[in-house]
Amino acid sequence: MRIELVKRPQRSALFSMLSPFIAFALTIIAGAIMFALLGVNPLNAFEIYFVEPISQVWQLHELAIKAAPLILIAVGLSVCYKANIWNIGAEGQFIFGAIFGSIIPVLFPQFEGPLVIPLMLLLGMVGGAFYASIPALLKTRFSTNEILTSLMLVYVAQLFLDWLVRGPWRDPQGHGFPQTIQFGDSAVLPELMPDAGRANWGFVFALVAAVLIWLMMSRMLKGFEVRVLGSSPRAGRFAGFGFNKMVFFTFLLSGALAGLAGISEVSGAIGQLQPVISPGYGFTAIIVAFLGRLNPLGIVAAGLVLALTYLGGEAVQSALGISDKVARVFQGMLLFFVLGCDTLIHYRIRLIGMALTKANGTAKLEAAPKLEEAR
Amino acid sequence: MDITVNILLTIATAATPLLIAAIGELVVERSGVLNLGVEGMMIMGAVGGFGAGYLTGSPWIGLLAAIIVGALFSLLFAVMTLSLATNQVATGLSLTLLGLGLSGMIGTSFVGQPGVRLPNLDIPGLSSIPVVGKLIFGQDPVFYISIALTAAVMWFLFKTRTGLTLRSIGDSHTSAHALGIKVIRYRYLAVMFGGACAGLAGGHLSLVYTPQWVENMSAGRGWIALALVVFASWRPWRVLAGAYIFGAVWIGQLHAQAFGIPVPSQFLSSLPYLATIVVLVLISRNKRLTMMNTPASLGQPFVPDR
Repeated sequence: MRIELVKRPQRSALFSMLSPFIAFALTIIAGAIMFALLGVNPLNAFEIYFVEPISQVWQLHELAIKAAPLILIAVGLSVCYKANIWNIGAEGQFIFGAIFGSIIPVLFPQFEGPLVIPLMLLLGMVGGAFYASIPALLKTRFSTNEILTSLMLVYVAQLFLDWLVRGPWRDPQGHGFPQTIQFGDSAVLPELMPDAGRANWGFVFALVAAVLIWLMMSRMLKGFEVRVLGSSPRAGRFAGFGFNKMVFFTFLLSGALAGLAGISEVSGAIGQLQPVISPGYGFTAIIVAFLGRLNPLGIVAAGLVLALTYLGGEAVQSALGISDKVARVFQGMLLFFVLGCDTLIHYRIRLIGMALTKANGTAKLEAAPKLEEAR
Repeated sequence: MDITVNILLTIATAATPLLIAAIGELVVERSGVLNLGVEGMMIMGAVGGFGAGYLTGSPWIGLLAAIIVGALFSLLFAVMTLSLATNQVATGLSLTLLGLGLSGMIGTSFVGQPGVRLPNLDIPGLSSIPVVGKLIFGQDPVFYISIALTAAVMWFLFKTRTGLTLRSIGDSHTSAHALGIKVIRYRYLAVMFGGACAGLAGGHLSLVYTPQWVENMSAGRGWIALALVVFASWRPWRVLAGAYIFGAVWIGQLHAQAFGIPVPSQFLSSLPYLATIVVLVLISRNKRLTMMNTPASLGQPFVPDR
């Protein structure tokens, strides 16, 4: 059997819309097989995984908490990827945003008032953008591959955070636990509806960022520049768009958004710095960006779906005793299927060999190679 | 003297997985395919190797399983990028993400279990020669495989007709296709060779380096292997040199930590990653060298038209 791709005369609008849904359906099927292999009734598992975690209002708030960083990071990454620039170190930029933003509550806890939160958020964005500027600088100045440098910096950021919370920033009254002091009241991101659940302003930031980036990409010259440079760097040069400027723009933008996500997470959901502050948001956001078809509004929906995979992972772990790594597997499969289904937008897929043998029986078997030659 | 020998031995052990994974990826990239899933294939090889070794009690079966798991896992990438012409960067990333998740799930029951270790080579007489005996005749079997593999790949790529064909595909898949070369078939085989190598490297981690299963035990080595290929400007012998330099950095920081050097351990631990960035910058500064050696169709999807 062989797969052959036939180029469509133009991209298929139908599959462009359908492909995330097909991918999701395929993930469900593969997931059902996986649960069955683990000896769990798939229907039962799916109910625990996808339905129960969002059946009550407070749980929807938890969903928003998980979705906020994913959406914030992913909308930034979508601009990078549209420009064909590969920032995959958002996890590190997230951590540096959290560290920079925490300077105020950790080092100046006596500083209080309504200015604290805006300053923290600003510092968070600066931190993320600063950390993202390193691979951008290396790429523009020395044409060093940004994929590898941005990824290596993730490990460095994780170790740096680990050193901070075990060393100079450790809470002296923390009984030796590796963590900073609890942030003061004015350094905690307020909850949206404290009576209903824990969701905080981070989710609002995510929605605002998505709308703003959507406006930029679809209505402004900058968005056009990103798309032109991404699909044809040569055409971009002729139009006078600078490639190096674009590298900095996309890295600083995505870094700042990842940094904002980092400080929002620490100030809103966690309340202090710890050695580990992210369950891989920076990497999962890559999946969110692609599942959302690199469209900021699609990314909002995709962020909610991926947030649900985190909650579902926790749910099956406590209910069925399956490792919560199952969430990672779901996320990985989803990205695979999304990328595969995206092929359908540009190509028609034909299976050669199997279809012939099945349709025409064995008599035509010998004719099949000749048919191919004739083509 | 003994200390020097021991340090050299540990450097070789640390360099071996980097070397094997990088040599595999070198062949893949020479064929014009960029597989960023090395980390994922490596960790799958590690968990597969540990699991098979643990269940059967034989480290050799474990090693074989690691190779097979790596190759099969890379097949997933091959189908996606070669048959479905998906974006290679994104697909490679998703292979890594899937591998890290899947290995964590498969490995849950292996955590804390005692593993099996591949025995070191021991040739009576030869292995007990002072100094060189242990270095040349007393290392783990995978070390010898890694050296042989490097030599074999060097010979294959630059001395055989098939190797020349493979390189020509990497430089221009359209011309190769026009000459009637089966581009996709070559690339399938190259990708699976790379997967087998990454799996073997992972098997080395869980069967030789630290004979146990620890989640995320590849610790970025797959990414360093990718960087090594760029650092080596796609030349096998430079990969060998690079892998040993990195092995030395890796071991050096561990020894520095053990000696209690007054630098926080986290800074020492981040040295291999920082070193990767530094060498990448140094090598990519020289644009002519990079341009000359980079396979010209690296990373570009290819759909044969007829």
